[in-house]
Amino acid sequence: MPVRFGVIQFPGSCDERDAVAACERVGEARLVWHEERDLSDIDVVIVPGGFSYGDYLRAGAIARFAPAMEAVARFAAEGGPVLGICNGFQVLCEAGLLPGALLPNENLRFVCRQVDLVVASTGSAFTAELTEGERLSVPVKHMSGRYYAPGELLDELEAAGQVVLRYAPGQNPNGSARDIAGVRNAAGNVMGLMPHPEHAVDELTGSADGLRLFASAAAGLRAVHATA
Amino acid sequence: MPSRGRRYFCPVKARVLIRPKEGILDPQGKAVERALPALGFSGINHVRVGRLVELETEDPSRLGELCEKLLANPLIEDYEIVELQEA
Repeated sequence: MPVRFGVIQFPGSCDERDAVAACERVGEARLVWHEERDLSDIDVVIVPGGFSYGDYLRAGAIARFAPAMEAVARFAAEGGPVLGICNGFQVLCEAGLLPGALLPNENLRFVCRQVDLVVASTGSAFTAELTEGERLSVPVKHMSGRYYAPGELLDELEAAGQVVLRYAPGQNPNGSARDIAGVRNAAGNVMGLMPHPEHAVDELTGSADGLRLFASAAAGLRAVHATA
Repeated sequence: MPSRGRRYFCPVKARVLIRPKEGILDPQGKAVERALPALGFSGINHVRVGRLVELETEDPSRLGELCEKLLANPLIEDYEIVELQEA
C-alpha cells in the first residue's frame, strides 16, 4: 500500500505543488485545503512554505487557527508524522507543536541560496533513514528564518536530540541560534526546518538530497504497515 | 430602556504595545539606530521597533488572552495593554 501524503494549502501558500511533486516520488499525495478537517486518508502531513494568510501579523501566526491545523494538531497528537517546511515550520512553532520561534533574519534581507546542512539527529520520522553527521545540500529562501529559543531551552533541546539539522559551519544564512536549521518535538513525529527539501529532489536542479526526508518518512510507515 | 435580559457593554478602546523581548536581537531597531547619525541625530541608543495594535472590545477581561494567543508570541515578545478608556 503506498504511503499517502497530505500537503496543507493555505491562502498564500506557494510551495505546496513542489511539495506534492516531491511526495509523489515516494508515495501518493494530495492537497489538503485549509478548511478541511478530515485527514483520515492521510499517513504523513506536510505543512509547506509560502506566506499563509499573507503573514500579516507574524509569520505563521494566523494560519495556526485554520480548521486544517486543528486536524493537524490532532493528527500529531496521535503520533502521525508532520513536517513543516519554512512557513510551515513557523506555523508549527506558532501552534506550539514545535519548540521555539522564527525571527526576522539577522541582516533583514531575504536569503535565497543553496546551503549545506548537517544531520544532528536521526530521532525524527523524517531523518530516521539518514546518518548523524552526514551533509545534505538543500536551498533556503526566507526572510524570517532566525531560529530562536531561550538558552535553557536550547540546552534541553540539544540534550534530548531535538535539534535535527544544523547549517554547516560558516553557512548559517539568518543568524539562527547555534546554527539550528531544523528541530523536532519530543516524540520525534513532528519536525520543522527552514530549508526546502521539496526543492531538492532531482540532480537536474542541483541536488536530490531533500528527497531523502520524504523517503525516510515513507520507509518508516511502510515498516509500520508491514508489521500491522 | 427596557431590559433585554442581558447586560449592555460599552465598547472599550484598548491599545496594545508589542515589543521584542529584552535580550533578543532586534535587527530592525539596529537598522534604525545605524541610520540616525547620518541624519544628524547623535546620542540615540538601544532603539527597539515593535508594533502597536489599537482595538475596541466589548469584553476587556479577555484582552490578556487575546494578546497571549494571537497579538504577541510570548516566547519572543512582551506586550503591554497601555490604555483602557470608553470609546
